[in-house]
Amino acid sequence: MSAVTATSPTTPRTAQGPRRRTGKYTGGNPLVYALALVVVALTLGPVLYGVLGGFRTNAQLAESPAGMPDPWVFFNYAGVLSNPNFWTYAFNSTVIALLTTTLVVVFGIMAAYPLARYKFKGREQIFMVFVLGLLFPATVAIIPLFILITDLNMGNTWWGVALPQAAFALPVTVVILRPFLQALPDELEEAALLDGASRIGFFWRILLPLSGPGMVTVGVLAFVGSWNAYLLPLLLLQSDMKTLPLGVADFSSEYSSDTAGVFAFTTLAMIPALVFFLAMQKRIVNGLQGAVKG
Amino acid sequence: MTDVADETTARVGVTASPATSSSEASVAGRASARPVAPAPGGRRGTGSALRKRLEIAFFVAPALLLFLFFVVVPIIRAIQLSAYRWKGYGPLVDFVGFKNYVSVLQNDVFIGALQHNLIIVVASIAIQLPLGLAIALLLNRKMWGQGVLRTIIFVPYVLAEVIAGVVWLQLLQPKYGVIDTVLNAVGINGPEQGFLGTPEYALWTVIVVLTWKYLGLAVILFLAGLQSVPEELYEASQIDGASWWQTQRKITIPLLGPTIRTWAFLSMIGSLQLFDMVWILTGGGPANATTTMATFLINEGTKRQNYGIAGAASVILFVVALVLALLYQRFILRRDIQDPALRKKAKA
Repeated sequence: MSAVTATSPTTPRTAQGPRRRTGKYTGGNPLVYALALVVVALTLGPVLYGVLGGFRTNAQLAESPAGMPDPWVFFNYAGVLSNPNFWTYAFNSTVIALLTTTLVVVFGIMAAYPLARYKFKGREQIFMVFVLGLLFPATVAIIPLFILITDLNMGNTWWGVALPQAAFALPVTVVILRPFLQALPDELEEAALLDGASRIGFFWRILLPLSGPGMVTVGVLAFVGSWNAYLLPLLLLQSDMKTLPLGVADFSSEYSSDTAGVFAFTTLAMIPALVFFLAMQKRIVNGLQGAVKG
Repeated sequence: MTDVADETTARVGVTASPATSSSEASVAGRASARPVAPAPGGRRGTGSALRKRLEIAFFVAPALLLFLFFVVVPIIRAIQLSAYRWKGYGPLVDFVGFKNYVSVLQNDVFIGALQHNLIIVVASIAIQLPLGLAIALLLNRKMWGQGVLRTIIFVPYVLAEVIAGVVWLQLLQPKYGVIDTVLNAVGINGPEQGFLGTPEYALWTVIVVLTWKYLGLAVILFLAGLQSVPEELYEASQIDGASWWQTQRKITIPLLGPTIRTWAFLSMIGSLQLFDMVWILTGGGPANATTTMATFLINEGTKRQNYGIAGAASVILFVVALVLALLYQRFILRRDIQDPALRKKAKA
């Protein structure tokens, strides 16, 4: 970290005069690669240590904490994978994340459309409601929310977690999507209206396909947010309705002396979110890049 | 999904039902699909005002209702709870007015928690902004393995705070954890109780872990902002003989202004509600050295059943977040000229 810290704070202030570094955008500078390597090591180090730790025994971990697996053992991972609780938790996490994502993306794009492209009285006020919503930490409402969900007989259910999660994810969704939709050129809308489309037709046929990248972005954020959520599930879900983060926390406190087992459990629990992100990443980056080119 | 919308409508008691407005809107939409060119400017003529209003209601209502029902209503309930002494059962009868607020604000643990939150807000932005910018500019250069690097930097952000916390907890174990072992190898002895177990180090250790966890978000957002800088600007500046650094400073970073301001806002709000990581790493300890407002109120609410106290603490948390956000909105987000704000932030 020191290498990176050392360069960054100085850079914004110094260098009134031109630096020696030549104005090439093509790489090849060994320093750049060295810095990148440091960043990668610091970023991935803890994760890789956990992954490898799962392939070691507790005796190995105690003997040389910084060592490699020797020999590689697989029973930690096998133990987690043959643990039916793990699969139950993973299934619950998946369902809740999918429900949350669907709600957020559908409701979010619908709300963002008029807020971005209609002119009407109260538009900014409605938008401000969502902006202020960014300030409503779920924690502020957590205890009344718990009471509310229980009163609705939705405690310990998938919907009981997904609905509030979607509600709390809406502000950031609308705040991201509105400028995205505003950025679509007016000419597109004018052309569509000239061709006889209604505003709703414009929404369905032109705006929705074009805002795919934006929706993927907010969808991924909502999915990851739900997948990783801890506090609300902690209060609402018990026994076989628990999600993976609850399972991980339980496992690590129940078997705290089994470090290798904890590493194996956490590694397997992080895989789905990583795979999902890797699968989506190209679309996110593309989406954020040039949303409208045609 | 419509069920949900209807249910919320019924409960909140708003007159415009999304279901009705949807059907009317689509009928209207079909009726208007005539091959006549609209007036210049694209806005519809007479008789469309009502339909437009229905369209708006149809589009905005589901989100607004979900938000009102599951965010606004519970927050109002929290305010209500804060005025009562309530142990979680029976009706709210023991009205105590502002007594809960007084006892929260006189509570040293809560004041400490508030201070920790503010330290985390400032430290997160002060550490992650320069680091994130540096890494984003680094990764924005055309270089070998660029795509892989961008993916890797985002990995910690994708992990659950709980999972990251559990892994770091193992790494930071006193003496036997890998961090203490590595430090030992270079001649530094970690504190006796471990970094998380020593009050002087615990908060900063949490901040280091948070930096590791959230730096990737800053980088990815900054990179996305960089993508929107038109290639022509780079070419033009290159033709004008600008160095790489001049280009970044005069073109790239100013154009990133809005992205940076939005990110800093999100970071601030996130820091104020910090719970998961602290709960896993330290539980607020040792000796309350890492409590946050959120861990305080969850402790009061779920462990001690002091719902009134928890309600008061959550209202205070909300007010702090609101005041900071409004100040931010007023003094930073609202700036029309990008440069001064940016320079100010870069120095922060």
